[in-house]
Amino acid sequence: MLPDQFLFAVEVMLNGLMAGVLYALVALGFVLIFKASGIFNYAQGVMALFGALTLVGIMDGQVPFAHLINAIFGTDVHHFGWHVPAFLSILLVMVVMVGLAWCVQHFIFRHLVGQEPIILFMATIGLAYFMEGFGDLMWNSEIKKLDIGIPQGGSMWIEEATTFLGGSNFYGFFIDKLEIVASVVAVVLVIILVAFAQYTKQGRAMRAVADDHQAALSVGISLSFIWVLVWSLAGFVALVAGIMWGAKSGVQFSLSLIALKALPVLMLGGFTSIPGAIVGGLIVGVGEKLFEFLIGAPFLGGATENWFAYMLALLFLVFRPQGLFGEKIIERV
Amino acid sequence: MKRLATVTVAAVMAAAPVMADLVFPSLSYRTGAYAAGGIPFADGYADYMTLLNERDGGIGGVMTRILECETGYNTEKGVECYEATKGEGSLVYQPLSTGITYQLIPKVTADGIPMHTMGYGRTSAANGKVFSNVFNYPANYWNGASLVVNHLLDINGGDIKGKKLSLVYHNSGYGKEPIRTFEELASKHGFELTLLAVDHPGQEQKSQWLQIRRERPDYVTMWGWGVMNAVAIQEAANIKFPMENFIGVWWSGSENAVLPAGDGAHGYKAITFHNVGSDFPVFDDLAKYVLDTGKAAGAGDQIGTAIYNRGFYAAMLAAEAVKTAQKIHGVADITPAMMRDGMEALEITEAVMTDLGMPNFGPSFKVSCENHGGPGTGAVAQWDATNKKWSLISDFAESDMSVIQPLIDADSAAYAAENSMETRCN
Repeated sequence: MLPDQFLFAVEVMLNGLMAGVLYALVALGFVLIFKASGIFNYAQGVMALFGALTLVGIMDGQVPFAHLINAIFGTDVHHFGWHVPAFLSILLVMVVMVGLAWCVQHFIFRHLVGQEPIILFMATIGLAYFMEGFGDLMWNSEIKKLDIGIPQGGSMWIEEATTFLGGSNFYGFFIDKLEIVASVVAVVLVIILVAFAQYTKQGRAMRAVADDHQAALSVGISLSFIWVLVWSLAGFVALVAGIMWGAKSGVQFSLSLIALKALPVLMLGGFTSIPGAIVGGLIVGVGEKLFEFLIGAPFLGGATENWFAYMLALLFLVFRPQGLFGEKIIERV
Repeated sequence: MKRLATVTVAAVMAAAPVMADLVFPSLSYRTGAYAAGGIPFADGYADYMTLLNERDGGIGGVMTRILECETGYNTEKGVECYEATKGEGSLVYQPLSTGITYQLIPKVTADGIPMHTMGYGRTSAANGKVFSNVFNYPANYWNGASLVVNHLLDINGGDIKGKKLSLVYHNSGYGKEPIRTFEELASKHGFELTLLAVDHPGQEQKSQWLQIRRERPDYVTMWGWGVMNAVAIQEAANIKFPMENFIGVWWSGSENAVLPAGDGAHGYKAITFHNVGSDFPVFDDLAKYVLDTGKAAGAGDQIGTAIYNRGFYAAMLAAEAVKTAQKIHGVADITPAMMRDGMEALEITEAVMTDLGMPNFGPSFKVSCENHGGPGTGAVAQWDATNKKWSLISDFAESDMSVIQPLIDADSAAYAAENSMETRCN
């Protein structure tokens, strides 16, 4: 029999890994856009919120802009009265995210080609606030339950199969089924993204643009198309993150703040590496949970996770500014 | 002739002065992370005032006007809203934010405008001897803490010695407010208290709930707001914590907190200082004069929800204070200073509540110069996930003022000393 305290630490570590996967899901979207266009997309968290809001709205047959329509026309419409199956709804939201990517490219970034990175970053801040307001107007601010059939709660199988490891105070490992699903989805997503980048024509074009815009242009790659493609992919990743986080807490406006959880992951894993986002997420997840368990809760009054993640990221920055997997920037003069 | 006409016009104006509106600023938050809580409160507050205008022609013949200003639950914006609206004859502020409340306490006191922080804000503002312009009747956080413990005493035959209670709280001034009261109550009743802080916004609480799963407290209580509530209830359901042993304060007791967890939230409890649901005669009037005429605030779909009822109740108390002020000063068009007097002399009886179509909606109480905090009574509500509704499972009962009053006295005395203030009501 193993000591309970050791088993609890293992349980915390396992849950940290699962939480890290959820952070990595958000960080992936940042990486995709930054890698291809050099834009740090502040709106990534809001895109996750917007994707989840749109998914619930479509599934529940909510009338978009109902409040506005009712105010202008004096009507009282809120729902179409139908429920769309989850799978079909996800496909429809993917179409919406492509539309959003096109709009972002066509109305904002096409006009900012050649601008300083800070200008592009500012544009994404504007985009984030616009989308938050737009999402509110379109689907309203209520908390919505998101149920696409993902199981939730501790896995009884794991719990019962591991109870024998400890004494009477150990009840088996708690692993949330939702987080197991999220981990599987994240792995599949990364495989698809890597395969897409390696083995498809558009993927190779995307990598070419990421390496050198001018060279990519000179061989006939359309920058505009690639950026729409990248923003669409980031939109899909945001939708997946929105679904996973939305299933945990309901779809509500603080969902956009999950972006804050992705920043230390990016600082750690690097802004340009898809595997870096995953590894960074896992390190942050495990690090913050173990710190809270071993030091935060017993000695510091708890609630250390937010600042500890950033402290960990800062430490990495000091020794490896480009992050674990980021590309080292060498500027020759 | 010209002079005669001028005199006539002046006489007419003097005889029939143009009535200004009774202005009620609403520092609302319909956007941002906490909008799901801000919207129903603002809607309830506005709808009650609209009902008075449409049904009664205002209060004492003067129409009411809601002056809404969006704070986004942001303290700086809240202060800006106050500064932008105070010159409009604003009668009473209800900021619905403890952070904004703390910033506004010195400002409203200097400006002579009353502020009502019902169930939130600075708890020791209940001491009217120190806080002349701040009112937090009918209950405050410390009453809430005591009501949680009283409920535990009720269901344990009056003995909770050796029981374990965990407080899961929002790691902010609001969330930390009840800790001292719980500590006092733990020492009085001999239960063991564990504190579990959750950082804003509370989207990720795995560490706290793993700790609860390890330590197996008998009961968990929560001081949460926004998404923190929903996540905590979901996590409690995930670890199969018995929901009937999970009791939130009133800000953790709304539909927004329980609906995302679905059936898992069944049996969850919350303390409340007002009644729940829409089964009151006043809501028939509301349907007739406000809803059916398309004058409802917002989407008009929040009626009867916990926080809508709170906003509605807050507006009712404000309106009754206006009536009291009108009686005291003999004028219909009152000033903020008169409103303060009305609030300090407010008396709510069950007969008044019944007349208003709100029988047993809230407690009977009388405000005084010394006591701005009201009776500190509350009841326990329980969530029925099947029918998606809250029901009261206890009567409105008193909190333990023998513990709370010394804390109020000590905290308000410290505030008075820090600010070199003379006490009132002597």
